[in-house]
Amino acid sequence: MAMSPYATPMERAWHVGLRLICAAVLLFLIAPIIVIMPLSFNSESYFTYPMPGLSLQWYKEFFTNPRWIDSVVMSIEVAVAVTIIATTLGILASLGLSRLAMRGKAAIIALLLMPMIVPVIISAVGMYFFYVSLGILSITWAPVGLILAHTCLAAPFVVISVTATLSGFDHSLMRAGASLGAPPMTVFFKVVMPLILPGVISGALFAFVTSFDEVVVAVFLASPEQRTLPKQMFNGIRENINPTITAAATLLILVSVALLTSLELLRRRQERLRGIRA
Amino acid sequence: MTAIAENFGLDIAERDALKRRLRAVERGRRLRALALVLPLFLFILVSFVIPIGELLRNAVFDPSIRANMPQTVTALAAWDGKDLPDEAAFAALAADLAAANKAKTIALIGKRLNYELSGIRSKILVSGRKAAQLTQGPYKEAMIGIDKIWGERETWAVLKRAGATYTSFYVLDALDLGLDADGALTPTPAERAIYVTVFMRTLNISLTVTVATLLLGFPLAYLLATLPTRTSNLLMILVLLPFWTSLLVRTTAWFVLLQDNGTINDMLQALHLTSEPLPLIFSRFGTVVAMTHIQLPFTLLPIYSVMKTISPSYVRAGRSLGAGPFYAFWRIYFPLTVPGIAAGCLLTFILSLGYYITPALVGGPTDQMVSGIIERAMNSENNWGKASALGGILLFATLILYFIYNRLVGIDKIRLG
Repeated sequence: MAMSPYATPMERAWHVGLRLICAAVLLFLIAPIIVIMPLSFNSESYFTYPMPGLSLQWYKEFFTNPRWIDSVVMSIEVAVAVTIIATTLGILASLGLSRLAMRGKAAIIALLLMPMIVPVIISAVGMYFFYVSLGILSITWAPVGLILAHTCLAAPFVVISVTATLSGFDHSLMRAGASLGAPPMTVFFKVVMPLILPGVISGALFAFVTSFDEVVVAVFLASPEQRTLPKQMFNGIRENINPTITAAATLLILVSVALLTSLELLRRRQERLRGIRA
Repeated sequence: MTAIAENFGLDIAERDALKRRLRAVERGRRLRALALVLPLFLFILVSFVIPIGELLRNAVFDPSIRANMPQTVTALAAWDGKDLPDEAAFAALAADLAAANKAKTIALIGKRLNYELSGIRSKILVSGRKAAQLTQGPYKEAMIGIDKIWGERETWAVLKRAGATYTSFYVLDALDLGLDADGALTPTPAERAIYVTVFMRTLNISLTVTVATLLLGFPLAYLLATLPTRTSNLLMILVLLPFWTSLLVRTTAWFVLLQDNGTINDMLQALHLTSEPLPLIFSRFGTVVAMTHIQLPFTLLPIYSVMKTISPSYVRAGRSLGAGPFYAFWRIYFPLTVPGIAAGCLLTFILSLGYYITPALVGGPTDQMVSGIIERAMNSENNWGKASALGGILLFATLILYFIYNRLVGIDKIRLG
């Protein structure tokens, strides 16, 4: 949007003004993330600039204190289980939905995606009542209740992302595969899967992050011994805030950067492929 | 139709058979498609819809009085509520209280009745202990002698209503309403009426956050949509990175920034804009700022998507017909962005209604939203009925907005970045 050489002074002022406003908004968006990362290297245990010195003690604390490490392990375990279940169920449902042409389809979609919209506290309280009555929460060998709950919250993201890739999918390819003698499973893995893979991967990443970052359900449904990383951070901020939290936050930001990069690479690959086909 | 069939050399019987087979194939395909959707559908049904149903049931279901005072409930069934109940009801009350005192369930009775008649808990406990020593009637005078609450019609009206398995108490209470001794709807006394305020506050904060995200997001979306792709993709990273950073991490960051000796207060003091630290954290301001930060991409992205589809030639056409730059923007460009604005703002408003983490960490005690009150009812007060009733009302509001959103935008068109 280059400025026209005939712009009036008002237009020039607006042109500059808009950029200033946007710079301020971008600063607002990025500032919290920029500010918290250096603080995790602070040698003192407070949260102010200028920092008196640099140190890695908070990372050392994070990686040696079993409370933190166990919570990371627990979060990863839960998130991996959630990703596997949610992605499997989500792919199947998306395939079905893309082939379904009937009245009531919109209602089915609205129901499947509802966990995204309903306030998490409502889901958490309802699940607490129901899982307590079923006795799921007293299972101690695995956080089954937490996994079930997170799968509900994560599955809609898989459905949305796989459905989006399927919208450009040519169903005659499946018939072509079948007509050449491939059984349905072969058609799925050799024809469908490679084409919808970007949607599947981004859906799986969303599912993983949804579970990995989730606090409210974890607070309600996990037993005191079942501490996930966000739950540990939440309790940490509420009770006595300690700079180890900034180290944890920095590591989580790096996870987000990795996620965003993978999504961007997927998107570029998708665009390139589309370019070839066009 | 017959003519076409004849052209293909089919008679009517063959044609019908063909139609039947086609229909069977179609039906089979539909069933296979449904079978694929079914696993997730059942999963969501069992682990999400049924739990929500359980919550709604708990908002009106409370058998604690019926379970712990069975004789009184039976004796009160015939009571017309006009006068004090008869001797038989008092005898049943004494027997129930004595039994509950022995079974140590009397605290449950006290807790339940205390929701409606505040301060009655200790009186129930005392009445239970003393009733256990009564051996013979008349129980009416004896019970009123133990505590004069038993001589009040309201106590009995509450007892009778609470004795039903299903109760409207929690839902009405969550709306700051109650029933008086005659069963008429009355507003809760002002000193206990807090929930309508909480709902209004939740709406107020959500609306403020929605407007703030629109005011900040619209100019940025406009710039991003009109810049060359390469530049706008780079700037978009600055929008998407916070979007994909954990909500908890961002709330932690705001917690650190907004503290009394946090970065913002330090800067303001260094610039001599203020001599004392401003109360940024544990305030409404902190809650709104942190929530706006978290919701901004949700409002911005739909507006950006719509703006990308607006051809610049529309505004150029307007300009060539003599419209000034601002007039052309306002009359041509802006109306075209309205669908994006509606989608983004509605989504942000819906999601804001359910915020819990951010107000809990950076808000003050008077900034708690409905979700925070639900959490407290569950974890501190152990009052499931209250938590469920508040949750049910919040759910109702959310679902209405969800319905509108779905009609307007389509939930499956939501942008994930």
